[in-house]
Amino acid sequence: MERNNQLQRQVALMRQSLFDQGYLDEQFVQLEELQDDTNPNFVEEVVTLYYRDSARLIASIEQALDKSPLDFNKLDSYMHQFKGSSSSIGGRKVKTECSQFREYCRTGNGEG
Amino acid sequence: MGAAAEPRFHVLAVDDSLVDRKLIERLLKISSYQVTTVDSGSKALEFLGSLVNDDRSSSDALPSVSPSDHQGVDVNLIITDYCMPGMTGYDLLKKVKESSSLRDIPVVIMSSENVPSRITRCLEEGAEEFILKPVRLSDVNKLRPHMMRTKKLKDQEQESQEEPERHGDEIGLPPPPCQHELETQQSQDPQTQQIQQSQQPKSGNNSNKRKAIDVEEGLSPDRTRTRYNGVATF
Repeated sequence: MERNNQLQRQVALMRQSLFDQGYLDEQFVQLEELQDDTNPNFVEEVVTLYYRDSARLIASIEQALDKSPLDFNKLDSYMHQFKGSSSSIGGRKVKTECSQFREYCRTGNGEG
Repeated sequence: MGAAAEPRFHVLAVDDSLVDRKLIERLLKISSYQVTTVDSGSKALEFLGSLVNDDRSSSDALPSVSPSDHQGVDVNLIITDYCMPGMTGYDLLKKVKESSSLRDIPVVIMSSENVPSRITRCLEEGAEEFILKPVRLSDVNKLRPHMMRTKKLKDQEQESQEEPERHGDEIGLPPPPCQHELETQQSQDPQTQQIQQSQQPKSGNNSNKRKAIDVEEGLSPDRTRTRYNGVATF
């Protein structure tokens, strides 16, 4: 039991630090609130979907980055999707990075 | 789920993003709505088409049939993402409003981008509300009045389906593609001005961001903060 408590405390700390470091925002709390006894794994399900989705998007983005010249429109479109889903689950940091990426796309900044 | 004793509202959710579909489905279910999700506008129309007996293209030929006469399926609200490949949420909105059998169904648009001209255009086209993503429970709570109102109207014939939301008359821009729209932002009428304010990272004009016209100011300020994280770069 002690072990359980310890683990729970660790998880709680980790979770808090994700918020503190800006990886997660209030939207994640929304997700947590949608979880209940009738849907006990909701957060896990959504995040799993998100990872799968993101992996696919990232692969597409990597492919697109290999091309020359860069198709900024396509990249921007991928980023839009990535940003959207990140925002929906509360992935604040990712969302911010996506915005930055899109800025580069907008200005045609391949180096960025 | 077993059949509910009282009639439940049925919402059709349209979004090409799997994550968003899952989220909106859960939000709607937890609010006790019956939910159908589809991933495109065309699939949405297909589904809606199954509500009416005849082809929806000859919308004028059809009398205003109440969907409950057919198939036992009924849709009380359509909530759709704006940016979708192929048919955008705006296109879907137009199609629904052009159909005599579907036009009474309230349509709500969701978008991750706070673009005043987009918002206005959708509202002009007949959308009940424009919701900024990420969607939250409080957004879903706002949907109920629209569904109730339409249900009542169905019973009493169309009367003052007066939308105080309608405003802005001169914005005749064709719906630009999603990612390039930001370049065409411009303040056009007084309402848009209000919305423009929300672009700046400050103040509590949250209600204007959510929808161009507000029915009540019920939004809590903390939402504004999250919002700006996303729109800061715009």
